[in-house]
Amino acid sequence: MPLFEAVRLALQTIWTNKMKTAFSVIGVFIGVTFLIAVVSIVEGMNNYMVDRFAGTLLGINTFHLRRFPNFQTGEVTPEMWRSWVRRPRIRYEDADAVEAAITVPHIAAWESTARAELEYRGRIARDIEVTAATERYFEIKDLPIEAGRPFSAQEVKAGAPVLVIGWELGERLFEGRDPLGREVKIRGIPYRVIGVVEKQGNLFGISLDKFAITTAHAPAKRFVNPPGVVDALIVKTGSQEELDVAITQAEAAMRTRRQLRPAEENSFAIETADAVLDFWAKINRVLMMALPGLVSISLVVGGIVIMNIMLMAVSERTREIGIRKSLGARRRDILSQFLVESSTISAVGASIGVGVGLAAAAIVNATTPLPAAVAPWSIAVGVGLGAGVGIIAGIYPASRAARLDPIASMRQET
Amino acid sequence: MSPTDTIIRVRGLTREYRMASETIQALAGVDLEIAKNEYVAIMGPSGSGKSTMMNVIGCLDTPTAGEYWLNGVEVSRMTDDELAQVRNREIGFVFQTFNLLPRASAMHNVELPLIYAGTRAADRRERAGRALERVGLGDRMHHKPNELSGGQRQRVAIARALVNDPSILLADEPTGNLDSTTSEEIMAVFADLHRQGQTVIMVTHEADIAAHAHRVVTLRDGCVFSDMLGQAA
Repeated sequence: MPLFEAVRLALQTIWTNKMKTAFSVIGVFIGVTFLIAVVSIVEGMNNYMVDRFAGTLLGINTFHLRRFPNFQTGEVTPEMWRSWVRRPRIRYEDADAVEAAITVPHIAAWESTARAELEYRGRIARDIEVTAATERYFEIKDLPIEAGRPFSAQEVKAGAPVLVIGWELGERLFEGRDPLGREVKIRGIPYRVIGVVEKQGNLFGISLDKFAITTAHAPAKRFVNPPGVVDALIVKTGSQEELDVAITQAEAAMRTRRQLRPAEENSFAIETADAVLDFWAKINRVLMMALPGLVSISLVVGGIVIMNIMLMAVSERTREIGIRKSLGARRRDILSQFLVESSTISAVGASIGVGVGLAAAAIVNATTPLPAAVAPWSIAVGVGLGAGVGIIAGIYPASRAARLDPIASMRQET
Repeated sequence: MSPTDTIIRVRGLTREYRMASETIQALAGVDLEIAKNEYVAIMGPSGSGKSTMMNVIGCLDTPTAGEYWLNGVEVSRMTDDELAQVRNREIGFVFQTFNLLPRASAMHNVELPLIYAGTRAADRRERAGRALERVGLGDRMHHKPNELSGGQRQRVAIARALVNDPSILLADEPTGNLDSTTSEEIMAVFADLHRQGQTVIMVTHEADIAAHAHRVVTLRDGCVFSDMLGQAA
């Protein structure tokens, strides 16, 4: 019997036994739904971590020299935390010395950040991230200016009270009016808006467009950090190799300045996107390792259910098998009829699973900040696994059907 | 009777069943020859071995000993799958209980042997349609068995038996589940098919049904008891 014919027959049988089929596919359905949904969410997180999180917050080929890591990956014990806060801060002189020690081509910027209120003619924007930075900051952080201009080296040196603001902050404070040239007060001191950064979107549901950047020596430095201190020196190089060299040189320069003995640990942190990505890769691995286990449990259960349903079908349809055999069906015709039927049942379950899995991913995507990207391979694996389970579960019932004796089967009452 | 005209040749056909400790001999060395275009009734009381005879002739069962040549081919030592192909090509069954697939239309039921013969779909439908028209069911092709009367069901079964142009039409108590009027109708269909050249073998225990055949073979205790030409011949 041609395959097409067999599938059509199987679909017909499934259609006449809708309820039975519905129950029998639950296992496979759950397994595949789970597979698609989890893979989609993990995959989405993955894209996000690599493209947005690491890229946006830490930058490619970039390191941050800080007192302690900004992104704590792994467990931070209270002792670790206590030792971190006892560390000396990064001072202007440290930053200058480290920059001077790096011989590979690079650009560098200072960054100090605090949260503050911004006020424009009585309108107040609370809890805004205010960063005091040097002029290369925009370049390093990849923040293109949409309107106006960034501040210059002269303005940084002079501590000019100028601001480059995020798109959403501008909308909020000025309600659609052109922000350029307007005066905003931070802690009573007026700053002039000279630039607006292009829209950055959001990360895990948090807007990346609510910030203000001012010059490193602007009056704001008094509240972002104690005198002479920066949060971070950011260094960006042209390649991974140059970054490695720069990190080694920066580390050596800092250890010399801090007069650390070889046995002593660094009293500072050099943070790169790699560290964060490594951590993410570890989580990713754990998820991806647990996934096959969870999926296979439900598929095994699903397979057993399908096998039972098929055994039932064989005994219910013994007479039909006898009739078919008397009309010339060979063993392999009966075998393939039941195999196709069990794998079709299973594939139907898997397809519904794929559909629901995709829907779940879309719902997660739409209603939570968690991004979900469907991995095409997971659909193929889902349907393949589903049909495979059906074939394996169908082998025993189908071979029993194929071996039935036509005379005895036709004698069976239905 | 020239050898080429012989469709069935059976020599010393024996079929034993082993039941627990004892062996039951359903057929005890039957010799029989049936020629092309004969209309034969196999008769006998219950337990005479006529059902076993029918199963062996129909290639549903293999003999314990003896030879069975069907259309010049020895089929008595064939495997299950080879027998399935012989049944598909050479034999058209008509059963007492019709044995139609209940959920399939008359058309699909008639198509079944062609499906296993590997006939293409378009071809199949055309041939099944013709077979149904031949038994007078051209207007009932898409009815399911439960929408048809007993006589109509048996006609569907006859159409199914004929659709592959088999060497023999093998009927097992074809009127056993039908009233006498319908039985006569079915017998008329058989007579008609026989006139068109079809070889018909019919197993029955009813003498008036057997009377439609041209030759009546009576079995008793697994042996041929009598073999005579009937009054219809």
